[in-house]
Amino acid sequence: MRKSLYLAFGFFLLFTWGVAAKTVEVCESCPVKSIKGAIALAKDYDTVLVKKGTYYEFDILIDKPLTLKGEGYPIVDGQKKGEIIKIISDNVTVDGLFIINVGVSYTTDFAAIRVTKSEHFTIQNVVLEKLFFGIYLEKSSNGKVYHNKIIGDAKDEYNSGNGIQLWYSHYVDVSHNHVQGTRDGIYLEFSDNITITKNTSTKNLRYGLHFMFSDNDVYSQNTFEENGAGVAVMFSRNISMQNNTFRKNWGPAAYGMLLKEINDADIQNNTFEENTVAISIEGSNRITYKDNDFIKNGWAIRVIGACYTNIFVGNNFMNNSFDVSYNSKLNDNEFRSNYWSDYTGYDLDRDGTGDVPYRPVKLFSYIANKTPETIVLLRSLFMDIIDFSEKVSPVFTPDNLEDAQPLMKKRQ
Amino acid sequence: MIQITDLHKKFGKNEVLKGLDLTIEPGRIYAILGPNGSGKTTLIKSILGMVLPDKGKIEVLGKPIAKGWKYRKQIDYLPQIANFPGNLKVRELIKMIKDLRNDEGNEELLITTFSLQPHLDKKLSNLSGGTKQKVNLVLAFMFNSQLLILDEPNTGLDPNALIKLKELISKERAKGKTLLITSHVMQFVEEVADEIVYLLEGKIYFKGTIADLKNVTNQQNVEHAIAVLTKTEQDG
Amino acid sequence: MGKVLKYSFYDLVRSRWSYIYFLFYLALGFVLLFLNSDLSKAVITLMNIIIVLVPLIGTIFGTMYYYNSKEFTELLLAQPIKRSHIFLGQYFGVAGSLSLSLAVGLGVPFMTYGLLRSNAIFDFSLLLGVGIFLTLIFTGLAFNIAISNENKIKGFGYAVLLWLFMAVIYDGIFLLSLIVFEEYPLDTFSMVATTLNPIDLSRTLILLKLDISALLGYTGAVFKRFFGTQLGFWVSMLVLVLWTLIPILRLKYKASRKDF
Repeated sequence: MRKSLYLAFGFFLLFTWGVAAKTVEVCESCPVKSIKGAIALAKDYDTVLVKKGTYYEFDILIDKPLTLKGEGYPIVDGQKKGEIIKIISDNVTVDGLFIINVGVSYTTDFAAIRVTKSEHFTIQNVVLEKLFFGIYLEKSSNGKVYHNKIIGDAKDEYNSGNGIQLWYSHYVDVSHNHVQGTRDGIYLEFSDNITITKNTSTKNLRYGLHFMFSDNDVYSQNTFEENGAGVAVMFSRNISMQNNTFRKNWGPAAYGMLLKEINDADIQNNTFEENTVAISIEGSNRITYKDNDFIKNGWAIRVIGACYTNIFVGNNFMNNSFDVSYNSKLNDNEFRSNYWSDYTGYDLDRDGTGDVPYRPVKLFSYIANKTPETIVLLRSLFMDIIDFSEKVSPVFTPDNLEDAQPLMKKRQ
Repeated sequence: MIQITDLHKKFGKNEVLKGLDLTIEPGRIYAILGPNGSGKTTLIKSILGMVLPDKGKIEVLGKPIAKGWKYRKQIDYLPQIANFPGNLKVRELIKMIKDLRNDEGNEELLITTFSLQPHLDKKLSNLSGGTKQKVNLVLAFMFNSQLLILDEPNTGLDPNALIKLKELISKERAKGKTLLITSHVMQFVEEVADEIVYLLEGKIYFKGTIADLKNVTNQQNVEHAIAVLTKTEQDG
Repeated sequence: MGKVLKYSFYDLVRSRWSYIYFLFYLALGFVLLFLNSDLSKAVITLMNIIIVLVPLIGTIFGTMYYYNSKEFTELLLAQPIKRSHIFLGQYFGVAGSLSLSLAVGLGVPFMTYGLLRSNAIFDFSLLLGVGIFLTLIFTGLAFNIAISNENKIKGFGYAVLLWLFMAVIYDGIFLLSLIVFEEYPLDTFSMVATTLNPIDLSRTLILLKLDISALLGYTGAVFKRFFGTQLGFWVSMLVLVLWTLIPILRLKYKASRKDF
């Protein structure tokens, strides 16, 4: 009795909703057995409801505004024959599909879901496996990529693709996604005003997140772990990076974050833990580094090349092998009121800041920059002795590089 | 008892023993004498295996000692300088030596003889030279080995202890043991020794009984006899 | 040998210096853990101290003990004991008591601060293992120097020089050669140079488990591939064992040929 009541209620709902937009169901026993067929049947703003099952289809073209929704995660298997879903219309939603076996090609960037020149799209709750490229947005703006799970098994850079790629796409919100095992977890090229929030990007071959020529973007509360090289931000302006976690980006040429030719950025409240290099900076100016935690990194800040008027304030530098390293004797950056776990000074006037300045650049880091192999002498008595003598009278390291008010206690 | 043939030993350029031959008969007491640097201690240490000869052969109880160490169980040795590990107590030292030699010693009587009871629980570093020498003596005499080697046994002893020492030596003689003694006190030598072995320039210059020595040198006491021996050498 | 070892060991364990050494480590352990209860940070600080101090103490203690126990040695030489056993016994007595001071001195504070429940236990055991190896190696070297030099002052001089060379000068030369030859591939050179000095080797072994591993990857792929692997670890251990055995064997050889 109760069951039939529910059913009746369900039919009622479908019926009333169906007045505005119809639903086309796809399943093995349905009249419509393929997704492509359902899309062909559907009118604008209809919903294609894909029931649980496996659908061997590829090159599914969505050329009208509609919602493609999976129920119980139906599997769409492209059998490695090419691209799987391509969206060329505005107002398309893809939701709840399990897409596998994207074709791999050396000439065409096949994607699991490609959005081309479309607006107001939503891609959510999609699971992608065995992919080449995952979600590829080209010249598509004002959309949302939300809560997807992309699990690649990339082994080499030359035959793997990126998890989420944005190319000439603006005002897109990328959030709550999990990307792993691809080439670049999230890749932005010529894409402005993008918001990237609460994503997890891990174990990617190259970068967890990669910006190229993209301005005015915000990424916050993301986690980047164990990527080949963390996050790379290159040739971009006005990027805001806040509350992200960069962990365990360990290994040859690995870093938490690489800044190259970045101007006017804002880096706040991030945590850098156990990275070979937490932040590697090259030709980047007017950046504010505030309230970040640098914990147990090889190098916390590694400055290569000309970097001017950057400000480091209120950061915690804890147990890094090298806090700051410079490859020149010039310094135009300001270090103020940071906490340095290696600071051995005192605070006689009890104002919470040390009475003698802290010099974060060690001679050894200078030597290790010039001759990287010398790193094998890390923590040897000899190095400690020459570091000490350099500290007393700087010869090789910038003598104006110091934190005049080092905090005595770490910022909580 | 001990058979030494053609013993050579050099320390750097300094040739200390130059083809020394010596036979020690059992049951007799030998005093090994000689001027400073004549090789007395080297000879003793060679017998003990502490100094390794460059050439020559030493047999103890009929067996060559080269590279051996078990034969030392048949030898009790009193070293010249009585310095012991300072952290040990006297009682512990005695126990240790017994343990090291794997032997029962009868130290009780010796301790009473030298009145060492009050010192038994003192650390060796806190003992006076004389007391240390007494401890040294206890260690040397408490085992019942056939051969006893005493290097300057009378150093630092008070007259009373010296008398006790002589008594001990005569007791050992009575037991038929063989003793090798070095000493600078000729009176002491005259009292205890049967035979004199006089070393000079790394060789045996004289070997014989005390009577022989007196005869040869026409002297009435050993001290003068030795002086004459030394002088003849220098004159000759 | 067992008996000589036993007595040397007892002798040393009751000496003032052993207590001081033991108390030093005890205090160090507690202070480090009190100041920051982060075990792995404490392990790093300890490493800095251990790789410098343990060789120094081993060298000085070794030479000091050898010269100070000259009479004891002579006493033993007259006893029915094999010569090599006397010296090896004394050597192991010294090395053993130093190792014990180290292990217990550091072990107690770390245990009380919950080492067993922490995952720093492996790092800590490695640290202790390396500390014990360094004790064995440098005590052995010290005994070698002492047995070859009758002159106490000279022996002490050489011993301190040895320590200075291994702990400081060697690394200075190492660094200079790295800088001078920076044009050439230096991986193999660094690897060999590190292996040849037990202090450097110990430092590298510990650092590989701690912060250096990534830094090494940054530069010397070969170096990292070697030391970072199971094989490298065992090769390093083997080298440490060799560093321990060779002085012992030479000591044995020297002892059997020396006059007292």
